[in-house]
Amino acid sequence: MSKLYFALLATLLFSSPAAIAQDFAIVGGKTITNQDNNIIEDGVVIIQDGKITSVGSRGKTDIPAGISVIDAKGKWVTPGIFTPFSRVGLVEVSLEKSTNDTRAKDSPFSAALQAFDGFNPKSENIAITRIEGVTRMAVLPAASSTIFAGSGALADTSGSFSSISRTPAFMYVQMGEAGASIAGGSRSAAWTWLRQALGEAKTWRRGREPAEPLLTAADALAIQDAMADDLPFLIAVERASDLMTLIALKSEFRDLNVVAVGASEGWMVASELAKADIPVILDPHRNLPQGFQSLGATMYNAVRLQKAGVRIAIATLSDEAFNSRLVLQHAGNTLATGMDWNHAFAAITSEPARIFGKEKTWGKLKPGMIGDVVIWDGDPLELMSSPDMVFIAGEKQDMTSRQTRLRDRYLSIGDDNPLPYGYR
Amino acid sequence: MKARYFDAMVIGMGLLLASSAVARADKDVYPSTYKPIPSSDTILQNATVFDGIGGKFTKTDVYFANGKIKKIGKDLPVADGTKVIDATGKWVTPGIIDIHSHLGVYPSPSVGAHSDGNEVTSPITSEISAEHGVWPQDPGFNRARAGGVTSMLILPGSANLFGGRGVVLKNVPSRTVQGMKFPDAPYALKMACGENPKRVYGQKGGPGSRMGNFSGYRKNWIKATEYRAKWEKYEADLAAAKKDDKKLPSPPARNLQLETLVGVLDDEIKINMHCYRADEMAQVIDMSKEFGYKITTFHHAIEAYKIADILAENGICAAMWADWGGFKMEAYDSVRENIPMIERAGGCAIVHSDSAAGIQRLYQEAAKALADGRKAGINISDADAWAWLTSNPAKAMGIADKTGSLETGKNADIVLWNANPFTIRARPEQVFIDGALLYDINDPSLRAVSDFELGQPGEGDVK
Repeated sequence: MSKLYFALLATLLFSSPAAIAQDFAIVGGKTITNQDNNIIEDGVVIIQDGKITSVGSRGKTDIPAGISVIDAKGKWVTPGIFTPFSRVGLVEVSLEKSTNDTRAKDSPFSAALQAFDGFNPKSENIAITRIEGVTRMAVLPAASSTIFAGSGALADTSGSFSSISRTPAFMYVQMGEAGASIAGGSRSAAWTWLRQALGEAKTWRRGREPAEPLLTAADALAIQDAMADDLPFLIAVERASDLMTLIALKSEFRDLNVVAVGASEGWMVASELAKADIPVILDPHRNLPQGFQSLGATMYNAVRLQKAGVRIAIATLSDEAFNSRLVLQHAGNTLATGMDWNHAFAAITSEPARIFGKEKTWGKLKPGMIGDVVIWDGDPLELMSSPDMVFIAGEKQDMTSRQTRLRDRYLSIGDDNPLPYGYR
Repeated sequence: MKARYFDAMVIGMGLLLASSAVARADKDVYPSTYKPIPSSDTILQNATVFDGIGGKFTKTDVYFANGKIKKIGKDLPVADGTKVIDATGKWVTPGIIDIHSHLGVYPSPSVGAHSDGNEVTSPITSEISAEHGVWPQDPGFNRARAGGVTSMLILPGSANLFGGRGVVLKNVPSRTVQGMKFPDAPYALKMACGENPKRVYGQKGGPGSRMGNFSGYRKNWIKATEYRAKWEKYEADLAAAKKDDKKLPSPPARNLQLETLVGVLDDEIKINMHCYRADEMAQVIDMSKEFGYKITTFHHAIEAYKIADILAENGICAAMWADWGGFKMEAYDSVRENIPMIERAGGCAIVHSDSAAGIQRLYQEAAKALADGRKAGINISDADAWAWLTSNPAKAMGIADKTGSLETGKNADIVLWNANPFTIRARPEQVFIDGALLYDINDPSLRAVSDFELGQPGEGDVK
């Protein structure tokens, strides 16, 4: 089957008729490409069939005749934001258990649990995240019955039923204080459990199960498949000593694609992390000794790791789905710690894409990449900027949410309208 | 020096009164021992100034001496011995005030041994006081100071209908809680609406519903009214007996729970009520009228925007987040424009944190809310928005005569910013409390280290 045919088939399978993207050019904006020529002051971005086909400066870039043109003069034009850690779509109201599909304490399974089975593209949290400029997200479950939370998935924020890829994209493992508690009460118990589980999964064969298995067959096969497919294993750790143990684990399981999540004390072992080639997903706002595992926490963690050569992606490490949209503020706040703008922005666009093996698909304005583009009314890392338009795979997105509807309803307070608000 | 003696005298008089007359309300449990830290007379020159009450002044000097603001104006004369700071290109604002903090009662590290913010043994605990749970070594105080916070109201949590007293603290490092207590600030009484009390007590004897919540409030306001009448009768009898030289009556037995409620009825203790839903706030307002007390502020107030007109009519502040919500049903209807929508209706909007992380960036929350409001067509100036962070909480907390704005005679609680505080790279460069420089981003010796962090990884690091 030719690639072209496959792409066509994929378009037919995964797109609703309304989602077929128009061709258009975004012209005149301050264009952030996330490539070497990062900023084009008076840029042109051309999107055809949902993909970026051309990026350059005005006057030097051919604009196809008859294509619809969006004037972005005075605006910023960037790749869509990619949040590398979120619970969006898995939870509506976190305290209402019936609406919360992030964890499953009483399930016999753990690693085999797949986030995409619980994902609801119609969740309110999708729209509130999208209208802040986030187009892609890693959606992950939370650990509860074992240190394995299950597999996460990559989703877009369009709200369509095809917005999530229905294959595991990565595994998520909880270590540190929380992992120790789940695994029986100590860090030693958690690391032993993880090593045993990885070892058992690696050699698991149907019909030749170990006499006293640690894992259910489903869990073992899920881990085995993830290892075979070289999926990232996102492993949550905070303390510097736990990061050193993680580095040791990586040298023991050489095939394991390890990504550290959290890493509040990462800066204390920055050169070791760089040498071990372990990327880090972190939250720059964590600067308090929230527990004894994060006594060294500082907002300077991100810039120190980045300068030491560690690949970093920035997230809001929160169990609350409504917080994922704040990832721009969290990235922006590294600027005051000395992070340069390009690295801060890459940490919420191209770097997450790279960590999840999608560096050729998302994260840059580059011919061949998916047409995820945001037009902003100012610098996207500024507190007072916001998107004017969001495109996902070339499709212009709705900029309303349940929240904007509520706002508009009650902005009518004081209007001379005798009808109750329920009719407004 | 004079001011210090004066403060000590006032405190001494307070003690004398408390011991000579039996009080019906316990007004100042263990009084403040706070003394301003020695300071230099200072002039910040040529800054952009938000005065915290809606004024914005460019190329302006702010002069403070003996811990008080002396003058704000252009090209002020410089007295001998005054420390001169060139603030060209910088911003000067009043220190930020957080009306909803649990620093000290839910400190870092958040280990079980430190969980002192909710007395979850009974839904009625108006007898307890947050000050007795504050751990002054919470590293969060130092982080909040680096975020420009100079005063805060430390509240008990929201598990209980009547959660207990909240205490206003100055954000100064201190060995004791009394050393942080804001002199002469009124106490707060924390109350809670909605889900939390019924979730905590639903299986523990109630309340198990919002109906139970209301009966719990009302029964106790009735008791407080009776208790106050008993004391009024006693005070009248005492006065009559003294006048007629008769045997003095014995005072009623003290009741700590009801003393706090009487303090509210007497308008000496400020009601701060955790309440998310619009319909619930409206019924609570009716209840306050039923018993004749004043609600100062609804906290969290996720649905304040739905009754912005009612809140404004009743003169009740709403303390809000910029964009949190959704974590429980009563927070499901959050909108990003809540804060500006209160301002638009002529109400009293306050940005609050309820978070050891959020308290460090309250100015960023204001910026986000302001921008979201503008995008929705609500045009509010930067200078008016600054009131959400300083003068509005100061009014609600009963300390607006002392702090919350840059006006002559007020405490020199001041932040010098390295850029416009509503921009992402801006940080407090220097923070002054009663004129004393207690934080300087460029001077590691002015980074206070709590006892807890001393000798630990990251001690004295930039945070």
